[in-house]
Amino acid sequence: MTKPHPLETRVVSRRFDQPDAHTLAGYLASDGFRALDKALAMAPEAVIEEVKASGLRGRGGAGFPTGLKWSFVPKQSPREKYVLCNADESEPGTCKDRLILEYDPFAIIEGMLIAGHAIGARRGYIYIRGEYRYLLDRMERALAEARAAGYVGKNIRGRGFDFELHAHTGAGAYECGEESALMESLEGKRGIPRLKPPFPAVSGFMGGPTVINNVETLASVPAIILNGGAWFAAFGPPKNGGTRLFCLSGHVRQQGVWELPLGFPLRKLIEDIGGGLRDGARLKAVVPGGSSTPLLPADTAWNIHLDFDSVAKASSFLGSGGVVVLDESTCMVKFALRIMQFYRHESCGWCVPCREGTQWLQTSLTRFHNGGGRAADVDLMKEVSENILGRTFCALGDAAAMPTLSILQHWRQEFLDHLAGKPCPFGARTSAAGAH
Amino acid sequence: MSPFSPQLEARFRELMQRYPARRSALVPMLLYAQDELGWLTPEAVRRIAELLGETELAVREVIGYYSMLRTEPAGKYHVQVCTNISCLLRGGDELYAHCERRLGIGHKQTAADGVFSLEEVECLGACSWAPAVQVNYDFHQELTLEQLDKILDAYAARARGADPSQGQGGAGSPGPRTALPVDGSGSRGEAALGTRVQEKS
Repeated sequence: MTKPHPLETRVVSRRFDQPDAHTLAGYLASDGFRALDKALAMAPEAVIEEVKASGLRGRGGAGFPTGLKWSFVPKQSPREKYVLCNADESEPGTCKDRLILEYDPFAIIEGMLIAGHAIGARRGYIYIRGEYRYLLDRMERALAEARAAGYVGKNIRGRGFDFELHAHTGAGAYECGEESALMESLEGKRGIPRLKPPFPAVSGFMGGPTVINNVETLASVPAIILNGGAWFAAFGPPKNGGTRLFCLSGHVRQQGVWELPLGFPLRKLIEDIGGGLRDGARLKAVVPGGSSTPLLPADTAWNIHLDFDSVAKASSFLGSGGVVVLDESTCMVKFALRIMQFYRHESCGWCVPCREGTQWLQTSLTRFHNGGGRAADVDLMKEVSENILGRTFCALGDAAAMPTLSILQHWRQEFLDHLAGKPCPFGARTSAAGAH
Repeated sequence: MSPFSPQLEARFRELMQRYPARRSALVPMLLYAQDELGWLTPEAVRRIAELLGETELAVREVIGYYSMLRTEPAGKYHVQVCTNISCLLRGGDELYAHCERRLGIGHKQTAADGVFSLEEVECLGACSWAPAVQVNYDFHQELTLEQLDKILDAYAARARGADPSQGQGGAGSPGPRTALPVDGSGSRGEAALGTRVQEKS
């Protein structure tokens, strides 16, 4: 459990300090399934309108408006429709969905039921990354309780609404967090992304119209239905409705996950909640939204607000809410290399620019870091990165290119310093994780 | 002949009914099979292919994609050290190097006595509790080198304590089983995460 911080606004995390919220009795005692009752009494279109009014945007990273996504699902479909929950949380820097799965699993179930009613789906799956086994177990227990009490299954709440819901484990693959790759994986295949369009709302899991949302997105829905879209929207600036969980990590005194209204100043998160940098160090850079997002140099980071539009104006993304703080001792060559090792390892190999690009970028970065780097490679890496951008089926290629380009832009001199034999604070070891 | 326990066979039958097409159960079946046998043996692959009406090649093609699935035995305790960015900034590399020294093995290697295997892994989703190590399915977070040593000591002691029961399966018994969460180390997934988050919030 986590106690609220005075600067937090707890909506999706409102049950994080309730010891029994992961049980049905505990959930029912704190407004559990009241939103479902309310939603089932509403027309599906009205539910979608309420979610649209909330301004809720996807919390998995892309930030797509949730209500709009739901509205793309055709009313009539010859194929079965599905609701999927993306609990494949794997973006480096991100560890928030884990807390919802642990402390408030029924909110995810309730959000999925409401989504099912809104789009006319009768079946859903919660895709949980394989490493989160204890959370899979917890979700299975929650589902069993919900089923036994008539919240999952046939004729839910006596309103003629049928919805079957199961948890499903992954087995280790970042790429399966990409929505179409997740569907491939859920069909028992390798997690290779699909060419879009068609988008999942038209043709998704098993070729049926599918809504797929992140854990935090779905868990935010019950509070929105219960209190109204306008209530949720009012927490954040226009077009950036609500609150969200921010995961603070790196060189701060106090790591942790806190729920803040969108538009919260990054400086306040680092200094007032995170206690500032460790050992009185000075800030060098911030990863604002998971490892895919371009890094912000200190002077930009100190003046930015954490909402989609403000971070976009600073040429980065709010992403998945993973805020990683780097102090001045950080070697940016090593940091860029570790990010690239990750994407090289996780590239599914389907698209040539991503498969080959990440390999060559890793090779160049390794040379810079371990010795034998070439000055001309600084520009070559930029060119390779730019040739990945926008040329792949899914966003993994972009995710590898974007942070690399930002590091090359802002810390070019560090690459050249490595050629001149300046010492590296991280030493010479390179990760084995990217080497297979 | 199934290489799986009757309980796992029953679980597979239930799993295959959860989806519009039974093939959807493949990835969970593979992971649960590995949990029981320690690794995906040729017999396990054959049986899962048979249950799903797929070829063994189709099953192997899927196994090759997922990083948690393995076609060779690992140690009784599989030590997975995260060195991705959040852990990197808080000593993940040092934890990994320490494991290499202490266990005398490298990335994806298993010690000769079969107790420990080691793997440097990608982000475990423990960024705000970095640096993190996962042993089988147990999370151990915000670790110092001293704490890591204590944890490894506890697993090693557990392995020694479990020795007498290991012969019970007889000659045909499967390889080392993947252990369930260890209570004794004081770092069982749920409890550890819970207390740590409380302290930090």
